[in-house]
Amino acid sequence: MTQDMLLTMVSGVPWTIALTAVALLIGVVLGIPLCAMRMSKLVVLRMVANTLILTLRAIPPIVWLFFIFFGLDTGYVSLNPFQAAAIGLGLITAANMAEIYRGAMSAIHSGQSEASMALGLSTYHRFFDVLGPQLFRVALPSAASYAIGLLKDSAIASTIGVHEIAFEASHVSQRTFRGLDVYAVAGLLYILLSLPIAWASRWADLHLRARVAR
Amino acid sequence: MNDLVDFWLEHLPAMLDGLMVSVQVTGVSLAIGVPLGLLLALAVQSRSKPMRGIAIVVVEVGRGAPALILLQFTYFGLPNAGLSLDSFSSAVIALAWCTGAYTSEIIRAGLEAVPHGQKEAAEAIGLNHLDALRYVILPQALRVSVPALLGFSILMLQASSLCFAIALPELVSQAYLIGSTTFRYMPILVLAGLLYAAICIPATIAVSALERKLGAHA
Repeated sequence: MTQDMLLTMVSGVPWTIALTAVALLIGVVLGIPLCAMRMSKLVVLRMVANTLILTLRAIPPIVWLFFIFFGLDTGYVSLNPFQAAAIGLGLITAANMAEIYRGAMSAIHSGQSEASMALGLSTYHRFFDVLGPQLFRVALPSAASYAIGLLKDSAIASTIGVHEIAFEASHVSQRTFRGLDVYAVAGLLYILLSLPIAWASRWADLHLRARVAR
Repeated sequence: MNDLVDFWLEHLPAMLDGLMVSVQVTGVSLAIGVPLGLLLALAVQSRSKPMRGIAIVVVEVGRGAPALILLQFTYFGLPNAGLSLDSFSSAVIALAWCTGAYTSEIIRAGLEAVPHGQKEAAEAIGLNHLDALRYVILPQALRVSVPALLGFSILMLQASSLCFAIALPELVSQAYLIGSTTFRYMPILVLAGLLYAAICIPATIAVSALERKLGAHA
């Protein structure tokens, strides 16, 4: 393993981080309306959300990425690999985040919602001032473990040509005919990247958990 | 529309062949990986320090490194160590490793869910360690783990799609091949997605129904 090979692989790290961050952002935001639809009183909305979530989670990420990158590219829309990967992984994350929000919602005591209604708070204030902050705290650990999973799933983007760690690794391995150490280092890079997320999540959980009503 | 159906029907046999390979590689990986997960779960709790150390490294690498990297490591990396494997065997090794690492955590949670008194009672009536495990602890622990293990099996079928990267002729490879020869990526990828969904959606619904049913008696 020469320094040059190592540097090439490390050059993939920013792309891996950027892809994970963008996909996570899309998922965290889109997950909110999806979860709201999933828990709506209207049967139609619930069914649409349910179908969306099931479909997004049932089809492997690689199929979504190929579909968006090769399938949608018919002349009307042209996406570069990074955009296609971010959209694909972002949509899958949205479905998973919706389920995480729903799980967190059921963990919040129903008295919180009843109390805010009894106080006459509007729906907006009920969600944004009472339920939202608690939801965030309860959902954080599962969201963090999902983020670590997403970091690893972002390796799939190498198949459509995003220059992230796995892409650089296969590039280096093809050029030097060395696989053993190259892929071992690539795996190690992913493990190293996931450590700060796990550490930050544990820290935040410890500090934020105290402010959830029991 | 007719055109699309004809296109799908024409390529359906090749796609079903690919699906068979996907299911086979998933099945073999699970058949090796789940027992491996059980061994790892027991090894992580073992009293011997070297054994615990090895088990923890195997589990953490299996969970920490992306499945795609594990696949490429076994297919492109192991030949450097003098071990050349065909794509099916490499896929099975990598996915079984991944399965073992994840299921060891699922099974460990199941083992921890068994009340401590069960172990003490087994010891009190004079069962040795192995018998206590075999007749008392494991039957209860595995029952708790079943829904999570089934859920994980569905994820493994999806993960088998990554074998595309090591040229295993599974569903995604077939779809990609057909797409690149006919230049009709969109319809063939939709068919691939439908085939995955046809297995995974009913399976997901069945697993969550089972989970609710088992949870009702807890």
